[in-house]
Amino acid sequence: MEVFLGGGVLACLASFLYPVMRYFVPPAVVDLGGDEVVAAKLGDIKPNTGKIFRFGSRPGLLIMNSDGTYRALSATCTHLGCTVQYRPDLREIWCACHNGIYDLNGRNVSGPPPRPLTVFDVHERGDEIVVSRKREA
Amino acid sequence: MAILQSNFRRLIAARAAGLAGFLALAACLAYGQDVNSCLDCHSAQPGRLEVTQEKFSQDIHSQKGLTCTSCHGGDASSYDPDQAMSKKAGWKGKIDRKQIPQLCGSCHSNPAYMRSFNPSLRTDQLDQYHTSMHGKRLAAGDDKVAVCTDCHSVHDLRPPSDPRSTVNPVNVAQTCSRCHSDAAYMKQYGIPTDQFAKYNTSVHHDAMVVRGDLSAPTCTTCHGNHGAAPPGVDKVQNVCANCHAFQAQMYGKSTHFKAFQDKGLPGCVVCHSNHGIHMPSDAMLGTGPGGVCMRCHAPGDHCDRARAEILGNLTQLDGAIKNADQSLRLAESAGMEVSEARLAQDQAVDSLTKARVTIHSFQAALVNQDVQTGMKIASANLKAGQDAMVERNHRRIGLGICFIAIAMMLVGLWLYIKKLES
Amino acid sequence: MLASLIRWLDERLDLEGLIAPFKHKTVPTHRFSYWYFFGGVTLFLFIIQVLTGILLLLYYRPGANEAYESVQYIMTRVQFGWLIRSIHAWAANLMIFTAFVHMFSVLFLKAYRKPRELTWVSGMLLLFLVMGFGFSGYLLPWNTLAFFATKVGTEMAGQVPIVGKGIMIFLRGGPEVTGATLTRFFGFHVAVLPGLVTVLIAMHLFFVQRQGMSVPPKIEEEWIENPSARREMKFFPNFMLRELMAWYVAMGVLGALAAFFPWNLSTKADPFVSAPAGIKPEWYFLFMFQTLKLIPSKVWFVDGEVLGILGCSLAGLLWLLLPFFDNDKAGRGKAWITGLSIFALVYVVGMSVYGYLAK
Repeated sequence: MEVFLGGGVLACLASFLYPVMRYFVPPAVVDLGGDEVVAAKLGDIKPNTGKIFRFGSRPGLLIMNSDGTYRALSATCTHLGCTVQYRPDLREIWCACHNGIYDLNGRNVSGPPPRPLTVFDVHERGDEIVVSRKREA
Repeated sequence: MAILQSNFRRLIAARAAGLAGFLALAACLAYGQDVNSCLDCHSAQPGRLEVTQEKFSQDIHSQKGLTCTSCHGGDASSYDPDQAMSKKAGWKGKIDRKQIPQLCGSCHSNPAYMRSFNPSLRTDQLDQYHTSMHGKRLAAGDDKVAVCTDCHSVHDLRPPSDPRSTVNPVNVAQTCSRCHSDAAYMKQYGIPTDQFAKYNTSVHHDAMVVRGDLSAPTCTTCHGNHGAAPPGVDKVQNVCANCHAFQAQMYGKSTHFKAFQDKGLPGCVVCHSNHGIHMPSDAMLGTGPGGVCMRCHAPGDHCDRARAEILGNLTQLDGAIKNADQSLRLAESAGMEVSEARLAQDQAVDSLTKARVTIHSFQAALVNQDVQTGMKIASANLKAGQDAMVERNHRRIGLGICFIAIAMMLVGLWLYIKKLES
Repeated sequence: MLASLIRWLDERLDLEGLIAPFKHKTVPTHRFSYWYFFGGVTLFLFIIQVLTGILLLLYYRPGANEAYESVQYIMTRVQFGWLIRSIHAWAANLMIFTAFVHMFSVLFLKAYRKPRELTWVSGMLLLFLVMGFGFSGYLLPWNTLAFFATKVGTEMAGQVPIVGKGIMIFLRGGPEVTGATLTRFFGFHVAVLPGLVTVLIAMHLFFVQRQGMSVPPKIEEEWIENPSARREMKFFPNFMLRELMAWYVAMGVLGALAAFFPWNLSTKADPFVSAPAGIKPEWYFLFMFQTLKLIPSKVWFVDGEVLGILGCSLAGLLWLLLPFFDNDKAGRGKAWITGLSIFALVYVVGMSVYGYLAK
């Protein structure tokens, strides 16, 4: 009887405490939540180039301007949902699917896209480039 | 009595003054009003002569202040037909079809005049018209061809941005088909009359009319509107390139471009058709009924082998994506969280789309590059799904261990209770 | 070793004196004794909720822009996060279930009679608070289903005449369901309700311990006829050990549910999309929801929904005061409450099933 009781107590304690102990240890990826994300590190992209990064559940486009500042927009084309790209030669954002063109402020200037791209805020935090949704009033 | 009489007179005088004043006012007002005897009579005319105020009020010209006499001449203030429709008053009558473009152009090609109404309107329509098939044939004496009023309607002419306008993008194909689908009408021209029917089965029609995407192409997008003419056989891919830029670029650098040009074949249309353009499928690369390559190429030759390789790669990637999808669905129904892998599936599908665009380079190696990118992502997702199932099994094992611990505990407690109560 | 530790503490705190009254307490044993476990199981599940709730608090972030993502984080990244969250969600449902079973068992075994009226009242208040726990906690993952269920639920609260609007705005933190509602519900769920429930549980347990377990009238009659048939067992340790076994079984059930049927996440709430078709509240509200759906939109001159809300509230109030309607007369006088109890059980279960199956 003692075996069962004592063993049972120990086994139960172990099987309950083990998950709880592991739970306390924070995971490696400290997710910053859905509102902002580290898009890149300093030096990852060069002037006049763009980089696709993941923002929540959709792709985003981070562009480094020639003067060293950054801008970030949603990379989902408002026409049929293809992923857009930055065209250094045109200095505009282009969608390869049906030749839609947006200017660097996200406004749809040519081709099928019916709406502009959503623009995000970009901050530099240390050596990280952080993209966040625009704060609403 | 005298007082009464004078009161009576005063009453009469007052009434007379009022009536006179009223008449004067009416006359002034009437003088200010535009008397439109044309509409007044013609709204009661039968058949083709009927133009009602209601209909004409929809016309953009009427809304801008123009009226019947602006085009037809005559005197709109007179109700006497001989006076209203007299040559002296400039009466032109029913405008002859051959004169219509010139008449419309008398205002619409005058930039100074048009600027006073809408400075952003183009004024080159008439010039363009002269270059079109319709314009050229009209000049040669054929008045069966379309003139301005055939497409734009007349007396209830709406601007193209109005969804009810006959030249609004969603209605353009319908308007063109009024002649171009009429086999009897078009008999003498020897051109097909099935374009509208074919267009209605196309993916462009689906985009425009069913999905409401106003940027989708209709007849005028590829053929032009005022300068309507078929694009030259060697210019077809320029037209398609306006939207399908990547495909056109690759095609332009490929072997097919020169080959088709030399043979006088119409570029993109050779494989994709012109009016009945359907959603392309991998079957077009096959050897079955939908296959386009084998129409020209011989089985077993170098091109056929390239075709088979491309098809094989695309099918492989398609299959890998579907497998990953299935694996993820299985994991999800087992309650595992695989949202990240699900998102990555989008990227894999993007790669497949890109690979299918690269077909137009007709180089198996380039297609394979895109396919391999997609394969990597799809494999990772498949693995994610499988890992999720492994994790699920681990959880069940963990649960089993817990059950054993609990069972031990229950047995121990039961024995302890028994001991206590014995 | 354990014994020497207890002796050490006892020397200083007189633990023996503290638990002396408990040692005398007995629990009647009869064929209905198993129902006595359900109160304790509900308590056990509450303790589980507090523990897993505290663990979840380490990673959960309230706020419309982060709540969903933080729950997703717990489910996917945190080690055993899936387990803690699934246990919390399942234990919530189980707790409400056992609370209802406990209430109905007390009802049918007539344990609410004098002198136990206060125990019943505190218990009913606990039941309402526990359903409040369910309602507030359901919104916290901020997914589509929860968002719209909260919208509909608070909308109904707003239907109460005169004070309804005020109640709705108080609950929502504004005229509409927004991030402010989430913050408010979070506050209710982790601070206000736990505080209230802890106080009420303490009272409820105090009453039970002070008055002992009630014996159902039928059993009482049998024992009066045949005194030697009377059976009792000591609360401490016999009944407690058996209760402990029940708690372990409940733990096993929870573990199995968490492992085989992990709680899902669904999609993040978007206030601007239209409500999905067939929105339903959680199962424990279904019987009320279905009742409201069945009431015609206008009854005489009164708005149907208002009538339904008032009706439900009145029913709840009368249910709360049930012991005061039960007279002490034996025989026929008791029958109507038994009949009412059966009707209530059939109604709640039937309406819940109907609501679940209805489109």
